[in-house]
Amino acid sequence: MAVCIAVIAKENYPLYIRSTPTENELKFHYMVHTSLDVVDEKISAMGKALVDQRELYLGLLYPTEDYKVYGYVTNSKVKFVMVVDSSNTALRDNEIRSMFRKLHNSYTDVMCNPFYNPGDRIQSSPGGPYFLCPYPVQVGPTSCVRSSPGGPYSCVRSSPGEPYSLCPIQSRAFDNMVTSMMIQVC
Amino acid sequence: MEAAAAAAAAGGGCGSGPPPLLLSEGEQQCYSELFARCAGAAGGGPGSGPPEAARVAPGTATAAAGPVADLFRASQLPAETLHQITELCGAKRVGYFGATQFYIALKLIAAAQSGLPVRIESIKCELPLPRFMMSKNDGEIRFGNPAELHGTKVQIPYLTTEKNSFKRMDDEDKQQETQSPTMSPLASPPSSPPHYQRVPLSHGYSKLRSSAEQMHPAPYEARQPLVQPEGSSSGGPGTKPLRHQASLIRSFSVERELQDNSSYPDEPWRITEEQREYYVNQFRSLQPDPSSFISGSVAKNFFTKSKLSIPELSYIWELSDADCDGALTLPEFCAAFHLIVARKNGYPLPEGLPPTLQPEYLQAAFPKPKWDCQLFDSYSESLPANQQPRDLNRMETSVKDMADLPVPTQDVTSDDKQATSKDSNSLKARPRSRSYSSTSIEEAMKRGEDPPTPPPRPQKTHSRASSLDLNKVFQPSVPATKSGLLPPPPALPPRPCPSQSEQVSEAELLPQLSRAPSQAVESSPAKKDVPYSQPPSKPIRRKFRPENQATENQEPSTAASGPASAATMKPHPTVQKQSSKQKKAIQTAIRKNKEANAVLARLNSELQQQLKEVHQERIALENQLEQLRPVTVL
Repeated sequence: MAVCIAVIAKENYPLYIRSTPTENELKFHYMVHTSLDVVDEKISAMGKALVDQRELYLGLLYPTEDYKVYGYVTNSKVKFVMVVDSSNTALRDNEIRSMFRKLHNSYTDVMCNPFYNPGDRIQSSPGGPYFLCPYPVQVGPTSCVRSSPGGPYSCVRSSPGEPYSLCPIQSRAFDNMVTSMMIQVC
Repeated sequence: MEAAAAAAAAGGGCGSGPPPLLLSEGEQQCYSELFARCAGAAGGGPGSGPPEAARVAPGTATAAAGPVADLFRASQLPAETLHQITELCGAKRVGYFGATQFYIALKLIAAAQSGLPVRIESIKCELPLPRFMMSKNDGEIRFGNPAELHGTKVQIPYLTTEKNSFKRMDDEDKQQETQSPTMSPLASPPSSPPHYQRVPLSHGYSKLRSSAEQMHPAPYEARQPLVQPEGSSSGGPGTKPLRHQASLIRSFSVERELQDNSSYPDEPWRITEEQREYYVNQFRSLQPDPSSFISGSVAKNFFTKSKLSIPELSYIWELSDADCDGALTLPEFCAAFHLIVARKNGYPLPEGLPPTLQPEYLQAAFPKPKWDCQLFDSYSESLPANQQPRDLNRMETSVKDMADLPVPTQDVTSDDKQATSKDSNSLKARPRSRSYSSTSIEEAMKRGEDPPTPPPRPQKTHSRASSLDLNKVFQPSVPATKSGLLPPPPALPPRPCPSQSEQVSEAELLPQLSRAPSQAVESSPAKKDVPYSQPPSKPIRRKFRPENQATENQEPSTAASGPASAATMKPHPTVQKQSSKQKKAIQTAIRKNKEANAVLARLNSELQQQLKEVHQERIALENQLEQLRPVTVL
């Protein structure tokens, strides 16, 4: 029953981020952003051991008053961050793990699509929801702007009509999986 | 208005040309209705093409040949009969289906359906109404569609003969029976297809579009497609017609939708036999083994050629790759291809993989891909079968510019092969590498031919140099030279690059021929050992002599290598016998070899010079040694 699920690329820019529409989405974006530091810390702490031994599930990254943030990192340094409601006490660690596992599987399926270039955004449908960029790199739906690569939230947004290169992959399966996670505990 | 005119014409004006028709009341009613459907408002349809308007006599309602032809086909009479009827009724003569012609034709159809011969006399008697079985519903409702279908077909530049057109219309009509109802829910926006299709008759196409637009608000009114009244030009089997058809059907016949939807809910997603074969052939062009799968990158390059957008392609992939393994098996590939074709035809992509496209279903439905040339032989195929391969053709032709149906499937396959050659290089490395290695083969063959006649090269017995005991000196180094490009004993300078490249090209021979390796390796070191072994090198030089006439080095050894030259001439007839396909490759390789030969020959001459000098030095030194020996001994 996540309220926000984000997939962060290796370079710490978001590949996919989606939150429940009722909330202020920027707040979740900010939370995910700040959780990246914790993720990096955990990775480096565990990284002293061999990479193989490092567990993918990072556990609770940090709790806030209302929410808890869980993290998961793949072997290719792609991070999944999930924000759940603190009031939802029924969620156990195992459930969170299973949700991350399913997320990982869906992400792998997206990867298997030859039309997906690693590093592209994962979109749900052509012309689908655009990511809100909390930084001044707000892009309109028809323009195509590549923000400075230094920004952690540098988004690339392309117009729906553009056929090549900058069009992110469209993956309904992934989106459906995320939707199901937001609705219920998987 | 048309009905009135038609009725009037039927009632009154039957006397012109064809024999007078005696129509019963029921017949009159039926015929006038049919005529009204078929007859486009000559003045009412602003989209009617100029040619048609030119032919139509002003003030006379005529039925457009398109809907008429479809209607006739719906009567399920054989094409020849329909031809006869068309001729008899006078439409062919006058060039259009006027009311009289139309009614006569209908009567003839009724006669034919009753089993009477198609003759004017037959229609003089009482006949039942002609039956038009075009779909599960009454065929008349389908008039709208055939007209549209026909009209859109015009734009397709594939067919030129009326006969073909009739046959194809037969197919398409039958296909319409099964396909059109189900197309209805998936009516595509009329504007989308032009974008995908290559339309040689672009202006006609735009007119078709405009007429299609108008047709929507006019239920069952026979549009005036831009088809020329003569059936000949309307031959092109069109894929677009299906689309228009679909939109029309949906707009107009609700009951038909209900009926047909229930029985064929997935028709547009059902792969017909022809389509299946086409897909299988395309699969084969990418991956020879039908039971294996196509890798993601290969499939990506292939599908990218369809010019669909990347998100759409990725979505199609997501739909079709059921097991999400990044590769497409044959059923997955067919499903993906079918979805692409459908998308190019304007159908919106489904939310989920339709059941008829599921891999299990496809495996069960088409267990064994057959390679029959049905595409070219039997026209009694379903409509999408004709249409969709033509869609594919159009899609491919937009890439490759093909215009003929029987040809494209083969040409497209071959073009696909060429286009995807670099992708399928891993799969089909052999043909490619063979072309490159053909020259090497030639070389190797030439070298291979040499040993029988010239002095045995591999022996490395430097017969001429044996007096200098070079055998003993250089045999230990022979393995070294054989193994690599190690420089010979310090007396000689290191080998320059061209000879090394020559060696590399020769090394390519090693995997190619069985005979070549030993000889190639030995011939190359033999060439290197030119200073050491004159006889072995001379045959090599002789061999290249026909290619490189300007090699000066060959002059001094001409006399000695006389028999060798004769031997080397023998390989050439063999070379010339090679297939013409490899000639170009061979010639380029020959050129390269000539250049390399020239370089090597120069090197050879230089080395020989050095060798002579070294020999002289050695002789001098030995003389000195002999002179000094008595001193040292003492």
